[in-house]
Amino acid sequence: MGKAVLTGRHFWYGNIAIAEGAIAAGCRFFAGYPITPASEIAEHISRRFPEVGGIFVQFEDELASMAAILGASWAGVKSMTATSGPGFSLMMENIGLGVMMEVPVVVVDVQRGAPSTGLPTLTAQGDVMQAKWGSHGQYEIIALSPESPQEAFDLTIRCFNLAEKYRVPTILLASESVCHSAGKVVVPPEEEIEIVYRKKPSVPPDEYLPYKPDEDLIPPMACAGEGYSIKTTGLTHDERGYPDTTPEAQEKLVKRLNDKIRMHREEIVEVEEDFMDDAEIAVVSYGQVSRPAKRAVKMAREEGIKAGSIRLITVWPFAEHIIRKWAKQVDFFVVPELNYGQIYLEVKREACGNAETILVPRMGGRLITPEEIYHEIKKVVGR
Amino acid sequence: MEETCELLHPIDRWLKTERMPHIWCPGCGVGPTIHAWVRALERVGIEKEKVVYVSGIGCCGRGSGYLDVDGFHTTHGRAIPFAVGLKLANPELCVTVISGDGDLFAIGGNHFIHACRRNNDLLVICVNNFIYGMTGGQLAPTTPHGGYSTTSPYGNIEHPFNTPHLADAAGAVYVARWTSIHVRELELSIAEALRMKGFRYIEVLSPCPVNFGRRNNFPEPDAMAKWFAQSSVIMHGADTSKVAIDMGKPIILGNFVKREGKPTYYELLRKLEEMRRKR
Repeated sequence: MGKAVLTGRHFWYGNIAIAEGAIAAGCRFFAGYPITPASEIAEHISRRFPEVGGIFVQFEDELASMAAILGASWAGVKSMTATSGPGFSLMMENIGLGVMMEVPVVVVDVQRGAPSTGLPTLTAQGDVMQAKWGSHGQYEIIALSPESPQEAFDLTIRCFNLAEKYRVPTILLASESVCHSAGKVVVPPEEEIEIVYRKKPSVPPDEYLPYKPDEDLIPPMACAGEGYSIKTTGLTHDERGYPDTTPEAQEKLVKRLNDKIRMHREEIVEVEEDFMDDAEIAVVSYGQVSRPAKRAVKMAREEGIKAGSIRLITVWPFAEHIIRKWAKQVDFFVVPELNYGQIYLEVKREACGNAETILVPRMGGRLITPEEIYHEIKKVVGR
Repeated sequence: MEETCELLHPIDRWLKTERMPHIWCPGCGVGPTIHAWVRALERVGIEKEKVVYVSGIGCCGRGSGYLDVDGFHTTHGRAIPFAVGLKLANPELCVTVISGDGDLFAIGGNHFIHACRRNNDLLVICVNNFIYGMTGGQLAPTTPHGGYSTTSPYGNIEHPFNTPHLADAAGAVYVARWTSIHVRELELSIAEALRMKGFRYIEVLSPCPVNFGRRNNFPEPDAMAKWFAQSSVIMHGADTSKVAIDMGKPIILGNFVKREGKPTYYELLRKLEEMRRKR
């Protein structure tokens, strides 16, 4: 058996870092379909999995890939798929099933220009709202957005840990520019990597109810073949996993599926703050746009402008408590993103009129430069 | 003195009896099909804990909830890929997909042919009732040419799939067709399939008196069952290209295809791993 954790220093593309992060996290089932700019993840895993005892399957489409990772996770194996916008759209169907059945899986979306076929080889951040709202009905989901190959590695591991802990499909919201840029990736020793595994039932099979939550609203998860006679369905169900299509059951289940994430928001949300102590202008960014954003903030500081940076490492659930807090201090939120205003809307909503929110949109195809963001900061100062 | 004794049906230990009555209409063939499957599991002696029942959406979809085995009621058309993932991740499990013709051959058709091609280790049973039953009788990819449905009110202009031929052509290692009134033959066929490895396919023609029969000259509740009884001809090993269903012609039943020695996807995967290690 080959080494699963390649401890050491590497020069990796973001896509390779994601694949290695998944292997380090214990992922041993991958299902996918070729798509630019995510294909290198599948290619790398197809080479690596035979060395570590993993199962790689190239499916006929993304519908099947997403369904297969749910099945594999129910068999007790950490599972992942990776795609880009067009495939992500197809996966929405079974992301919904994953939410309803509460299946720990990781979905990587390497964002590219969209709508539709859009810009297959060029970057964007247009799938942010789709990650949250793409499947029908109301649910909460977890999505993390890496700014570099190193973080692509680290956050892929964190995605698995969060998926396992909260029993929810978890999305690595990457982008072409992160996944096709190479950078230094330090892989720590195996024993230093925190690995979380789903909680198992503590009661015998005859007392086990597959959807009876603990106090944290998360039910322990038995897997297929363990003798628990699991019942699970995409229909609204009761604690036994039996279909119960009544308004009462719907109220109880949908509320819990949302609340189990919302009640842990502060634990799940991770942000990086720079120069915020006395900031009057906060640049809110995520993904690779954070790098020019942080550079622009430094440029502003060099000019004596009290600018700060809030980088959303966790995109969903939204860092609403963080934005609400800083809205009391800053006068402006400047939100650069590679779309026509998505996280901007969330920031604006949480600013509650306490601070003005300014969008710096680019439709995708290339990153925003530090100068472009700095220019917007200067414009704000001039008001 | 009065003696009481609890009478159990032989397959009660496989059922979630507290969930009865089930949702299926009188005269439906889903129940007899599941019954035959369970009896075949008993016959072959498969451990209950290892049995996994995956279903899609539609009348058949509900079946996985009535059995005292691990049951997964998945999305429309995706039962096969879900089951493929599950079985590959734990090869010790005995995984069966029981689903309908619309689920497996319309929305899920692509997954069906690709799982055949890959020879994924699954038993797939299609309860073919020629119609979308759950949604109220719409046209299916199996509705006979000229057949009536709520979305082909003037008769079906399309041609139905010959599903055993499709499975055969795509590489399934076991292909059979029975009807839900041929319970004995069906049980034996399922048992034979359960003893094999690879992608095994059994089509079970089923009456749907409510949503197919009454619109297609089978007005009585038992008329479709009588049609099966009167029109069926058993021809084991029949050429699957010649078993298409056409109203007014004989229905060919039997165990059509048995391919021995074709390695499963999983076996090839493990072989590849061995090779990689030796290199």
